[in-house]
Parts: sequence; structure tokens; C-alpha cells
Amino acid sequence: MPIDYIIGQLVNGLRLGSIYAIVAIGYSIVYGILKLINFAHGDIMTLGVYAMLIFMTMLGLPIWMVIILSMMISVCAGLLIERLAYRPLRSAAEETTLVSSLAVSTLLQNVLLMIFSAQKQAFLLPDYMTELHTIGSIHLSTMNIITFASVAVSLVVLILVIHKTRIGTAMRACSENLTAAKLMGININKVIVFAFAVGSALACMAGFMLAGEYKTVDPAMGFVPGLKAFCAAVLGGIGSLGGAVIGGLLIGVSEMLFAGLMPTTVTAYRDAFVFVVLILVLLFKPTGILGSRERA
Amino acid sequence: MLQISNLQVKYGGITAVNGLSLQVNENETIALIGSNGAGKTTTLHAISGLLKPSQGECLYQGMNLLKMAAHDIVARGIVHVPEGRQVFTRLTIEENLRMGAYLQKDRQLVKQNYERIYEMFPILKERLRQSAGTLSGGEQQMLAIGRALMSNPKLLLLDEPSMGLSPLLTQQVFEALYELKKAGLTILLVEQNAYEALELSDRAYVMETGSITIEGNSVDLIRDPKVKEAYLGGEI
Repeated sequence: MPIDYIIGQLVNGLRLGSIYAIVAIGYSIVYGILKLINFAHGDIMTLGVYAMLIFMTMLGLPIWMVIILSMMISVCAGLLIERLAYRPLRSAAEETTLVSSLAVSTLLQNVLLMIFSAQKQAFLLPDYMTELHTIGSIHLSTMNIITFASVAVSLVVLILVIHKTRIGTAMRACSENLTAAKLMGININKVIVFAFAVGSALACMAGFMLAGEYKTVDPAMGFVPGLKAFCAAVLGGIGSLGGAVIGGLLIGVSEMLFAGLMPTTVTAYRDAFVFVVLILVLLFKPTGILGSRERA
Repeated sequence: MLQISNLQVKYGGITAVNGLSLQVNENETIALIGSNGAGKTTTLHAISGLLKPSQGECLYQGMNLLKMAAHDIVARGIVHVPEGRQVFTRLTIEENLRMGAYLQKDRQLVKQNYERIYEMFPILKERLRQSAGTLSGGEQQMLAIGRALMSNPKLLLLDEPSMGLSPLLTQQVFEALYELKKAGLTILLVEQNAYEALELSDRAYVMETGSITIEGNSVDLIRDPKVKEAYLGGEI
């Protein structure tokens, strides 16, 4: 097997993995604070993509404006969900909010289904974004390069925000001990809103990258990638930012290597393979790669 | 300053605090003593807004605390050092202190507060960049008190500051409390270590199964035969 091909698959894997990582961060920061697995997260991604489709193909807005507007819509949707479906259940058991998040996920998928039908729709980027560049033996489109660059930039910004700013430190304080955080005078609702806003904006960005990759959109498109990103968050150690990134990259790379290197008779099972990886890692490290011991 | 009347707090079907009334005046140090499960911690949680009482009144400088969220209560100057210290173990000591100053706008004052805390607990200054999880129990208690002082308290609520500490460290923590008392801070102290608490305080309340059974000046209570027998381990 030519080495170039393997390197190509590796790069593809890193690209896919960095998209998972961005989505996984959204799961992880919300879980860190509320111990809530927000299953609607993947569908917020889908919602963002449909918003892009409308702004881009129907209104013909320039791409930067499309991205900003869709991110705003995703953030609003995320905050609305938090306010209506999660906040009233704040003192309820974890299973209750879990069911609530599954309900929101189903609801969002079906609303999109009602409006846009189950038909796949074309998601066509402007020509200059699909142009191919060749670096050595690797072929990357402008979109691919944008994906890598924006993931890297968002990670750096996020790490700085979480470690250097007042709201970021408050977020870490909340995810360790919500009661003590209240006693510091931290308005935990503001911190939770912030976490949902950041997560939803990142999900929308990831949706853009995925749709750019697949070139089509459909109402269920966020579900499986959302599930894999959730696996990435668990694999890396849910609640940990670095864990989400490592988990995302690991899942992306192993998925792509599996799809590219295995005989075609088994490559159809690539999704199943991802879950096998998850199970294997959790068997040896039940709290995930960077998971903290106290959360076992 | 703080006036609680007829407070009732329920956990599901269990009434943890039932018809409690107490008063804290400005510059006073008040001890609230009693055995395990008497409802002392619950009372503090109700004052700082972590729990919503089912009945009663809790007035602080004329404001009704029961209608306020926990963070608003901190903003009014009631600061709670919780049982078991509850420092943020994954944050550094400096970040813990900074979280204490979360609502403080006056940078000059924050700076003064840091200096004051370093003077009181020099060990914290030596370990600013270390994560709080690496501190011993006594050091964590100092950090918890320091963190609370960063919030500029007018009324400090302390829940079992000596719990789990060696006699030597207990002594150190109480020395800090004497210092705070001398500086004029109003303190409501919940303690198992009744003798130390009565020594420190001006007045004290004894709590049993959810309400106050004995109250009075600490110097009198320390000689009260009933208090002596139940909380001070007989003849001392």
C-alpha cells in the first residue's frame, strides 16, 4: 500500500477528527457544569446548516455573513433549549434531563423534516472554496484548509478564555463545585448560558465543515456525527477540554484509517468500528483518557 | 443586622429546621452549637440562599433574604465558608482567591485583601500557583477562609472550620478567627468544638432537633450545667 495513500488518509482523519473535536467540546463543557448530556447538540448543528443553506442559496449572501448569521441562529436555538427544556429541570435527577434532551433532539429533527422534507439537498460552496491545493503528495481544498485553521484558532481562543478570563475561571469553578461557585457570588445561570452559547456556536461551525465535506444536507445529518462526537468526549474524558480534542482526533483518525485501509467488505462498518474503539478504551480507562478520577 | 424568625426548612418529608429564631447584631460573634443533625448546617444554607425555607423570615439590614438568589446574597455582604471547605481543588490557590473576589469591582481593595490574607496565612502566598487539591486539610481551611475574605464580607458564616483538623491546626484557624473578630467582623460560627466556639463568641445558641433550646451570653453558657454535660464533655 503506497505510503502517500496512508498519509492522505491520516490527513483526512485529522480533518474529520477536528470536526468531531469541535462538537465534542460542546458536549463536554455543558456536561462539566450541569452533568447533562445534551443529545440535542448534534441537531443544533443540523439547524445551523439549514440556516446556512437558506442564507446562501435563497438569499445569496456572502459566505462570511452566512456563517456569522447562522452561528447567531444556532446560539439562539441553544439558549432557547436551555431555558425551556433544561432550566426548569435543574433540580431534577440526571435521567430526567437526559430524557428531556432526547426529546428536544427528536423534536428538532422532526421540525426540520416537516419544513425541508427528508430529501437530501445540495450544499454547494462557492468555487474558490472547493479549489484543490497540492502540498507534496497531499491534496487539500480551500475548505479543508479553512477547517484546519478555524479548528486550531477556536481551540487556542477557547483555551485562553477558559484559563485566563473571569468567565472562564468561573466556568471551571462551576464544573468542579456548583454550590461553592454560588457562594462566590457567581451567577451560575450566566455561566450556563455562556457554556451553551459557546457550544452551539462551535456546533454550527462544525456543521458548516461537515456539510462542505458531504456537499449535501438532510435533517438527520447531525445525528450520527453528534453521536460520534459524544463518543469522542467520553473517550477523552467527558468534562475535559483537552480530552474532547484528543478523543475527537483519535476517533476521526481511526475511522478514516479503517475506512481507507480495510477491505471494502468491512469498510461499511466504519461507524460500528468507532463504537468498538470507544468500548475498548473505556474497558481499560473507564473515565476516559484525560478523565478525572473523582468522576468515576 | 441579621434577624431570623420562625424559620422552617424541609427536605422532602423531613423537617430539618423547625421554628428557629435567632439574631446577629453588628460586630458580634455568635456561636451556633449542637450535635450532629440538629440543623445547624441547614440553617446556614437557608441564610446564604442555597436552600429555600418553607416558612419563616430572614431579614438582613431590612432586606428579605428569602427572595434573593445566592449570588445576590453574596453581593450584599453575607459570605459563607461551607462545611468541608469546598475549595476548588483543580484551580490554583490564586484562582481560588480570585473567585472569592468575583463580584469585587474595586481593584485597590482587592489588592489590599490579597495582602491581608497573605499576612494572615503566609502558607498561601508561598503556593499561589499550586492547585488547591495539593493542600492539606488545614491549609484548605485557611484557603476557604481567605477566599471568603476576598468577597469583602460584612457577615461571615462559618460552618465547622475545625472539622477534621489536628488540635494544632484547629488552634491556628481559631487564631485567625480571633483576629477577624478583633478587626470588627460580624461572625456566625457553627461548630462541633463547642468549647472553642463559646470561648470565641459573645453570645451563643444551642440547637437541638431543628430549633433553639438554649441561648445566652457565651460566658454564662460555658458554665451552664446542661450545656456542660451535653456539649462540653462533662466537667472541664
